Amino acid sequence: MIEELATTDAGEMVVNVGPQHPSTHGVLHLVITLRGETIRKVEPHLGYIHRSIEKMCESLSYRQFIYVTSRMDYLSSHINNHACALCVEKGLQVELPARAKVIRVLMDELTRLASHQLWWGAMAMDVGALTPFFHAFREREAINDIMEETCGARLTMNYMVPGGVMADLHPNFQKRVKDFIHLFRSKIDEYDELVTGNVIFRSRMEGVGRLSAADAISYGCTGPTARGSGVRCDIRKLAPYEIYDQLQFEEPLETGGDCFARYLVRMREMRQSLSIIEQLIDNIPQGDFQAKTKAVLKLPKGEFYSRVETARGEFGVYIISEGGMTPYRIKFRSPGFSNLSALDHMARGYKIGDLVAIMGTLDLVIPDIDR
Amino acid sequence: MFSIEHITHLIDAWLYGNLPPTLALLIECLIVGLAAITLFAVLGLVLVLMERKVSAHMQIRLGPNRVGPGGMFQTVADTLKLAMKEGLTPDGADKFLFNLAPYLVIVVSMMILAPVAFAKGVQLWDLNIGVLYVTAISSLSVIGILMAGWASNNKYSLLGAMRSGAQIVSYELSAGMSLISIVVLTGSLRISDIIASQQNGWWLFKGHIPAVISFAIFIIAVTAETNRAPFDLAEAESELTAGFHTEYSGMKFALFFLAEYVNIFIVCAIAATLFLGGWMPLHIGNWAGFNHVMDYIPSSIWFVGKVFSLIFLIMWFRWTFPRLRIDQLLRLEWKYLLPISMLNLLLMTLIAINGWHF
Repeated sequence: MIEELATTDAGEMVVNVGPQHPSTHGVLHLVITLRGETIRKVEPHLGYIHRSIEKMCESLSYRQFIYVTSRMDYLSSHINNHACALCVEKGLQVELPARAKVIRVLMDELTRLASHQLWWGAMAMDVGALTPFFHAFREREAINDIMEETCGARLTMNYMVPGGVMADLHPNFQKRVKDFIHLFRSKIDEYDELVTGNVIFRSRMEGVGRLSAADAISYGCTGPTARGSGVRCDIRKLAPYEIYDQLQFEEPLETGGDCFARYLVRMREMRQSLSIIEQLIDNIPQGDFQAKTKAVLKLPKGEFYSRVETARGEFGVYIISEGGMTPYRIKFRSPGFSNLSALDHMARGYKIGDLVAIMGTLDLVIPDIDR
Repeated sequence: MFSIEHITHLIDAWLYGNLPPTLALLIECLIVGLAAITLFAVLGLVLVLMERKVSAHMQIRLGPNRVGPGGMFQTVADTLKLAMKEGLTPDGADKFLFNLAPYLVIVVSMMILAPVAFAKGVQLWDLNIGVLYVTAISSLSVIGILMAGWASNNKYSLLGAMRSGAQIVSYELSAGMSLISIVVLTGSLRISDIIASQQNGWWLFKGHIPAVISFAIFIIAVTAETNRAPFDLAEAESELTAGFHTEYSGMKFALFFLAEYVNIFIVCAIAATLFLGGWMPLHIGNWAGFNHVMDYIPSSIWFVGKVFSLIFLIMWFRWTFPRLRIDQLLRLEWKYLLPISMLNLLLMTLIAINGWHF
């Protein structure tokens, strides 16, 4: 099929970007139609890492299926687990201890920071600066170490369980998080110095890949992608869960709609996450880290939905229960899928180099798109 | 004072004293050829290691440190690996052009080595149009790159080659203009004359601000001409995977790689020769004592030191800046660098005519 498409009548050239390509960050396959260097069409082909997670979840119990969701958006596994745990708790109508709520929010924000750090490094690498990647990983390593101490894992944490969290915080947690905040406050300024202010970087980002607010809404974009176009969509503000309604933080909004606006939103989000962590780290209430739940969880017959804000946007879990030990049907609403759908609209008329920059600002995680 | 010149003169005298002139010339050509090839190989090994070490230290890493002391033989091991790898020729490629391209690129870089003066009296060919020769030959390498991109039968390679073609053709204008501004000052195209004219000070300092401007433009333009970041659009790994050499493997890839690094050496050597006095030691006005001490440092050390400082500068660019987009790259050349260098050349001519330079 691809061979037939190799050239078209209008002097256009069809190029396969991926599934193995340095800047698709995974096995994404884009079939792009070019005229010279200018992009006429981008057609994403999905499914290279489809693992039928939704179907798999139907045969797993309400405790077990949460672990599979760590493998979807592996950069915000805590937040995925959080959404699933929230949904199950909604069905069970369990009230969480205050300590569990705070721990969850702390972990979510640390995850968001780690995810944005990785995005920042990868983004810079996409536009050709290789050094920031290593600097980003240096700080991300500190978060991973904190996670490892408390959760026992560095990537797929599986820490959130229905009713609270798996285990109590490690005794070192507070001290190490404080050290990290101190470290990262100076490092994020360094990030700005190294990349944000760079003339070449600015010229690669500004005015590229414009997405209007109306288009962002109609494509279902969420998270920093939509906020870069000036759409308010932070679930932490719109439908606060856990203790987000009691916290002081703002939702960064940019109205440019271009790559640079999306970049700035994420940079500002990092500072917001940092301030949320700062507010909470000295105020972790004492008490249980987990509510008492039955050994075997059974959700009542009905439909349950919960949504959270991951590092990439709105993540939703929809469970249909027939009253048994396993869900009847599960559907995940992943932010990456909707954000990717806007890629064609954003990239048309720009150059190949811009396509890479636009993909970088969408912050795609392929297992999140394919599931 | 030690100088390589003594050794070359000694060999020359011995050969012509003991052998018939034709045979002596033949043997000299052979020695020179071998020396050039050895230099080529050593430069490749040293520069690749240097790049890896420089990038490692900029990226909070250690770099190669397992093969030999401090990883010194890492590039030797890599070269051995590349030499033993299979050199694939893809199906549907134009086999003749595909295999010819790397040799063309490497032959071009070897040819530019000819007029470079490595130390006092150490120069392969001091031809009277040295600077013209360098600019003329260096623009040939684009043919090799275009050939590689076209013959690979790969769209990424083709895009990379087209970018490279547009880029090299544009940027050699500014590079040439900057070189001419120094030629205007010296009144000679011969490399040895240009070096001799800098005996009491380098052109970078003697030529007022226009010399500094043309030096900056030359460094920017040659960074683009050698396809180095931030102008590495021909390779642009995050866009075109590897650009024009995507399909090359084994020794054929190694030749492209080697040519890239030797080209960096050559352009830095040219910059050092024209702007920083080649092998001339640093002399400051009337500081006789200081100048005398500087004279004791061998000329080869001066040359290598200057060239490697410039190479470090170009490597520093690569590990700091993001990559430009193709239209921005061409806009930078045609809208900014070229007009500036034209104006600069006029200023320089004015300075040269009126003798305002030091």
